[in-house]
Amino acid sequence: MQYFVQQLINGLTLGSIYGLIAIGYTMVYGIIGMINFAHGDLFMVGAFIALIVFLILGALFYSVPVVVALLIMMIVAMLLTGLYNWVIEKVAYRPLRGSFRLAPLITAIGMSIALSNFVQVTQGPRNKPIPPMVSQVYNIGGISVSLKQIIIIVVTAILLAVFWYLVNRTSLGRAQRACEQDRKMAALLGVDVDRTISITFIMGAALAAVAGTLFLMYYGVVSFSDGFVPGVKAFTAAVLGGIGSLPGAVLGGLMIGFIESMWSAYFSIDYKDVAAFSILAIVLIFLPSGILGRPEVEKV
Amino acid sequence: MAVTVSPSSGAAARPITRAIRESLFAGVISFGLFFLLIGLKTDQNIRNELVLVQRWGLLAAVVLITMAGRFLYVAFGQPALERRKAAQANAPASTAEPGFIRRNFNAIGIAALFLFPILVVSTAGLQGSLKWVDNFGIQILIYVMLAWGLNIVVGLAGLLDLGYVAFYAVGAYAYALLGSHFGLSFWILLPCAGLMAAFWGVILGFPVLRLRGDYLAIVTLAFGEIIRLVLINWREVTNGSAGISGIPKVSFFGLMSFNISDDNYIGKVLEIAPSGAYYKIFLYYLILLLCLLTAFVTIRLRRMPVGRAWEALREDEIACRSLGINTTTTKLTAFATGAMFGGFAGSFFAARQGFVSPESFVFIESAIILAIVVLGGMGSLGGIAVAAAVMIGGTEILRELDFLKAIFGRDFTPELYRMLLFGIAMVVVMLWKPRGFVGSREPTAFLKERRAVSGSFTKEGHG
Repeated sequence: MQYFVQQLINGLTLGSIYGLIAIGYTMVYGIIGMINFAHGDLFMVGAFIALIVFLILGALFYSVPVVVALLIMMIVAMLLTGLYNWVIEKVAYRPLRGSFRLAPLITAIGMSIALSNFVQVTQGPRNKPIPPMVSQVYNIGGISVSLKQIIIIVVTAILLAVFWYLVNRTSLGRAQRACEQDRKMAALLGVDVDRTISITFIMGAALAAVAGTLFLMYYGVVSFSDGFVPGVKAFTAAVLGGIGSLPGAVLGGLMIGFIESMWSAYFSIDYKDVAAFSILAIVLIFLPSGILGRPEVEKV
Repeated sequence: MAVTVSPSSGAAARPITRAIRESLFAGVISFGLFFLLIGLKTDQNIRNELVLVQRWGLLAAVVLITMAGRFLYVAFGQPALERRKAAQANAPASTAEPGFIRRNFNAIGIAALFLFPILVVSTAGLQGSLKWVDNFGIQILIYVMLAWGLNIVVGLAGLLDLGYVAFYAVGAYAYALLGSHFGLSFWILLPCAGLMAAFWGVILGFPVLRLRGDYLAIVTLAFGEIIRLVLINWREVTNGSAGISGIPKVSFFGLMSFNISDDNYIGKVLEIAPSGAYYKIFLYYLILLLCLLTAFVTIRLRRMPVGRAWEALREDEIACRSLGINTTTTKLTAFATGAMFGGFAGSFFAARQGFVSPESFVFIESAIILAIVVLGGMGSLGGIAVAAAVMIGGTEILRELDFLKAIFGRDFTPELYRMLLFGIAMVVVMLWKPRGFVGSREPTAFLKERRAVSGSFTKEGHG
C-alpha cells in the first residue's frame, strides 16, 4: 500500500508536468485546429532559458534563496518562451491560416526541427547538468516525498487555478472561447481574432516554460533533444483527454503520469512508454474523441 | 487605409519608412529571442560545472542580420512580390502548349536517372563515383520510394500517417533477422518483408478505422514509437540499441556476388578489377527499379476501383459511404499497400547499410517523409520526386561544403547546421508553396477526354 501511494505521488508529479505542456497543445488545437508540433521543443527552450538564468543568478550573487531563484527562472522563461511562440505563430502559422490542413502541420514539424537544432548549434549537443537546487526529502508514514515533488504539484495547482480563472472569468477568456466556437462570428462581434490567437500561443508557451523549469529542477539535467519525448507524451495526454478540452488535457496528463509510474513500478520500466501509447490506442478505439472531448459531428 | 487611394509619389517613400520601422521592431524581437540563447553559451569547465561563455559579438551579428533581412524584405521583397502578383492577375491566362521538356518530363527524368551512374563513373572514375551514387543517388531514391509509398496513404487515401517509419523498420528488421539467421537471400526476403510490413499496416489500420484527422495522427505516431521502443527493448531478438550488423549483401540473382572472397565475385566472373563501386551501382539500379515499381503500381491502382475509392475517401468520407463504398476495406488496403512499399524500402535499406539499429527509425524520419509528400503536392508522383531531390539532396550537399571552413574558421562544421537549415527550409518552402510543388493533378476519372479542357472546346458546349 505504501509502495502504491509512493507511486501515486511520483505519477502525480510526472502528470503535472505533462498536464502543463498538454494545455498548450489543446488550447492551440481548440482555437485554430492545428497541432503545434513545435510545442515540445518550446518546453525544451523554456528549460534552457531557465538553465541560463539559473547560471546567471549563480554567477552574479553569492547565494539566492531557492524560492526567489525559481520564481525568477520561471518568470523569465515564461516571458521569453512566450515571445518564441508568438514569433513562431506569426511567421510560420498565420500566413497559412485558411490554407489546407496539412500545411501548418508541416511548418510546425519544420519549426520543431529548427528549434531543437538551433539550441544544439548555439548551446552544444551535450547534456547540461546543474547542481541540485532542492534536496530535502520528507518522510510521512513511510512514504518519502521530496520537496521537489511538492513544489511541482503546488506550482501546477496554482497555475491551473489562475489559468482556469483566466479562461472562465475574464473577457480575454471569453474572447478565446468565442474564437474557439466560431472564429468568423467572433470577429463580427468585435473580437480581435488575431490578437486572441497570439495571446493563446503566448499562454500555452508560458505554461510549457513553467513545465520546462520544473523539469530542470526535478531532473537536474536538460539537453537539446529533451523536447521530443515529453512533447509526444503531452500530446498523447491532450488527445487522451479529448483534444480541445482543457480539463481533458489535465486529466490526460495525470493519466499518462500514473500509467507510466505504475507500469515502471509493477511491470517493466523499459516498456512504460509502450504502455502509455497502447492505452491511448485502446481508449481511442472505444472513445474516438478522447475521454472528455466532444465528438466531431460533421454536418452534411 | 484601404479606402484612400494614395498618390503614387507617396507610395514609393512609404515602404522605406515602413521597412525601417519594421526592421527596428525585428531587431528588438530577435534581441529578445536570442540574447540568452546566443549571447551566452553554457559550457562545462574542468570540474564538470556549467559555466557561461559570453558571445555578445555573435549576438550583435545575428540581430543585425535579422534587421537587415527584415529591412530588405519589407522595402524591396514585398513590393516586388505584390507587383508580380498584380502582373500575373492582369495577364491573360496562357493557353500555350507546355514545352517539350515539360511534356516529356517523366520520360526524360527516368532516362536521366538510368544514365546517372554511367555519367558519374565516366567523369569521376570508379572510386570517385562512390560518393555520388551512394550519398546522393541511393539516398534520394530511398526517400523517393518511401514518399511514394506514404503518398498512397496520405496523398491518395487522405489518412494522415505520422508513423510510417515503423513499416520501414519492420522491413529492415525482417531482412536483417531472417537474412542473418537463416541465410535466406534478398530476393526471397524482399517480398516477405513487404508482406510483413503490409500485415503490420493492417494491424495498425484496425484500431484507427474510426479515428480521423489528428486523432489518427497521434495514434499512428504512437504506433511508430511503439515499434521503435520494442526494437530497443526486445534485446534477445533485436540486440537492442546496439543493432544488428553483418547483414548479408544482395547478390545478382545468385549468379554473381559482391563479396570479394566468394568464388563468383563479380570481379572474377566478369574479369574486371575488384572495386566496392560495383555493389553501389548495382544497388542504385535496384532501388531505381523498386521506385519505378512503386510508381507503376500507384498509377495503375489509381485507375482501379480501389484507387478511385481511396481518392473518394480523401475527398469526402460520408459521401463515399453513402455511395456504398466499404470504407473499412478501403482504409485497410491503403494502409497495407503503403506499408508494403515501406517494407520493400526497409529491406533494401538493411541490405545497403549492412547494419540496422533503432536509431534509423526515429520519428523525425516519418516527419521528413511526410514533409516530402506534402511539399511535393500530395498525390503527384513527379512533384514528390522533385521534393525528395531538393530536400534530401540539399541536406546531403551541406555535408560537402568543406570550403566553408576556410571562411568561418577551422571549428566551423557545416554538419551541425544541416538539420537546422532543413527545418527552416521546410517552413520556407511550405510558406512559399502551400499546395506543394505540383498543386494540380490530372483527373483519373473523366467523361470524354483526359486533357484539360481548352478554350476552343468549351465553345462547343462540352465544357
